[in-house]
Amino acid sequence: MIRVLAPGLLTTIQDAGRFGWYHIGMPPSGAMDQFSFRAGNLLVGNQEGAAALETTFLGPDLETDAEVTVAVTGAPLELRLNGSPAPMWVALALKPGDRLRCGQVTAGVRSYICFGGGIEVPELLGSRSTYLLGRFGGIGGRALAANDALAIGAAQRSAAELTGRRLDARLLPAFPEIIELRILMGLCSYRLTEDSVAEFLGSEWQVSTEADRIGYRIHGPGFKFRDREPPFGAGSDPSNVVDVGYPVGSIQVPGGKEGILLMRDAVTGGGYATIGTVVQCDLDRVAQAPPRARLRFRAVTIDDALRLRAQYHARLRALCGSLALFDQAGWLGQ
Amino acid sequence: MDTRYEFGGDEYIFVDFDIEMSLEVNFKILSICQAIEHEGVPGVVEVCPGNASYLVHYRPDDIDPHKLIKTLQRFEDEARHIAAISSRLVDIPVLFDDPWTKECAKQFADRHQDPSVTNLEYLMRLNGFSSKREFIQAYSSRPFWISMVGFVPGTAWGYQMVPRERALQAPKYVRPRTDTPERTVSHGGAFMAIYPVRGPGGYQLIGITPVPMYEPEGRLVDLRETRILAKAADRWKVRPVDLDEFNAIRAEVEAGTYRYKIVEQEFRPATYFEDPERYLKRLEEAARA
Repeated sequence: MIRVLAPGLLTTIQDAGRFGWYHIGMPPSGAMDQFSFRAGNLLVGNQEGAAALETTFLGPDLETDAEVTVAVTGAPLELRLNGSPAPMWVALALKPGDRLRCGQVTAGVRSYICFGGGIEVPELLGSRSTYLLGRFGGIGGRALAANDALAIGAAQRSAAELTGRRLDARLLPAFPEIIELRILMGLCSYRLTEDSVAEFLGSEWQVSTEADRIGYRIHGPGFKFRDREPPFGAGSDPSNVVDVGYPVGSIQVPGGKEGILLMRDAVTGGGYATIGTVVQCDLDRVAQAPPRARLRFRAVTIDDALRLRAQYHARLRALCGSLALFDQAGWLGQ
Repeated sequence: MDTRYEFGGDEYIFVDFDIEMSLEVNFKILSICQAIEHEGVPGVVEVCPGNASYLVHYRPDDIDPHKLIKTLQRFEDEARHIAAISSRLVDIPVLFDDPWTKECAKQFADRHQDPSVTNLEYLMRLNGFSSKREFIQAYSSRPFWISMVGFVPGTAWGYQMVPRERALQAPKYVRPRTDTPERTVSHGGAFMAIYPVRGPGGYQLIGITPVPMYEPEGRLVDLRETRILAKAADRWKVRPVDLDEFNAIRAEVEAGTYRYKIVEQEFRPATYFEDPERYLKRLEEAARA
């Protein structure tokens, strides 16, 4: 069992996601930064998608009553094991009574705490992920609270085998000053004027303070709509359309002042015009963009998007290769 | 307009049929979505019907997106020949003009177009009704077609099965409320929507239903599979109830014994358009039998 001494700012149980239920209004949820989450699981010998903790800005304070391997990945934070500094992106062996304290992030937003064996909570509709708005999954559909006890599954490999495992530093995510997001324009972008689309792509945008697992409100020069007679059933505002499904990663433009980029706890549909969709692998970057972070959008084609997706998967495979090399040689030559 | 096939990033395809709402288009979309689900397309995670469009979630690792669009176009071509949609007739008990939603409307009066009347009276005036009885009669005489499900789990758009000129319409609140009671029955644009959970919203408040739209715990037998009541292509028949019946149903829901009144039927769009009134009546009689 892992006992929660202090829960941190907003810590939830997440896995790879809950898929196939978007049509009933249930979003996928799951880890917002999938790369860091998967890397953490690989470090402790889990399947990539095992349930782990996702922290937000300030991590939890945890105590274990059993031997367990843990790795903390994602946004860099001050990590302490029994009061002494401990490294991130490394498999650490915990003994009964050990205390792991995750402090504040120094960059990014979300860190992942992955335990060998994964966190055991019941699977609901095929996933252990927490969906806060729907009070669903994880522990009673809520964030971690003090005195919660987390059951850990059977580890696939022993602590002795895993301790000290690390990844090739070149594979780890960066936290750049200006975050570039690749986007496929389209969906209902016909509602915008050509100039407005050009301005969207040519300007810098800023993440607002309203940015969570549901979506990120972004501020910039705003949007301008083409004139029209409102179609039957759409609503009178120029941003209204007859209600559509919203892809995860799509940007909608309610009222025309700001954009909302939908994330993994997305509302699944509604009546605002959507203007394009950020490619899935770049949602990891959004997950690590704090309020006031600067964003730029670059339009790509579907074939570009597929290439980016292939590169992302190649990076994940390289992680596995890097770990196999470490297991064989005991170090990475750095 | 020509159907638009648009890529939503690398995992979604958005298929847009019309900029207007109509039952004709929605019937077609639902028959396409049911056909895709029935046949099964490798690489497709799911299809999500919208009011005049649908969204496909797929894995490009398993199917080439260009090829997938061709497949979806084939389903569109074949939709012409689909004669029937499976559709459930669902009984929705409603306590109209109830104390809870009236209290809520009062609380957010400063955000409403006309705070001097109740939301229900406002809706009556806009749509030319002089008596509450007539309005409730109109709201409950024809079923609402569930043309789309989503937003949050259990939210559904219900479009009343009447000619467009008889469709009840209402603007949304000037500024959205920050709170709405759970299970509030509301109307906005040309749609009925019932709030599955307590939360913000902008539709006009007209009543409350005793039956849950969403139940995360899955206690009620009929909601165990998906946790929600709504299913695209449902027909929801509103039935006015008094406070006694409302309370009796609430007690059953609380005890976990409530069973929804749901009848699965085959719905034929062509027959519907020939004589909507007669066809709907026939389906209801068949459901009672």
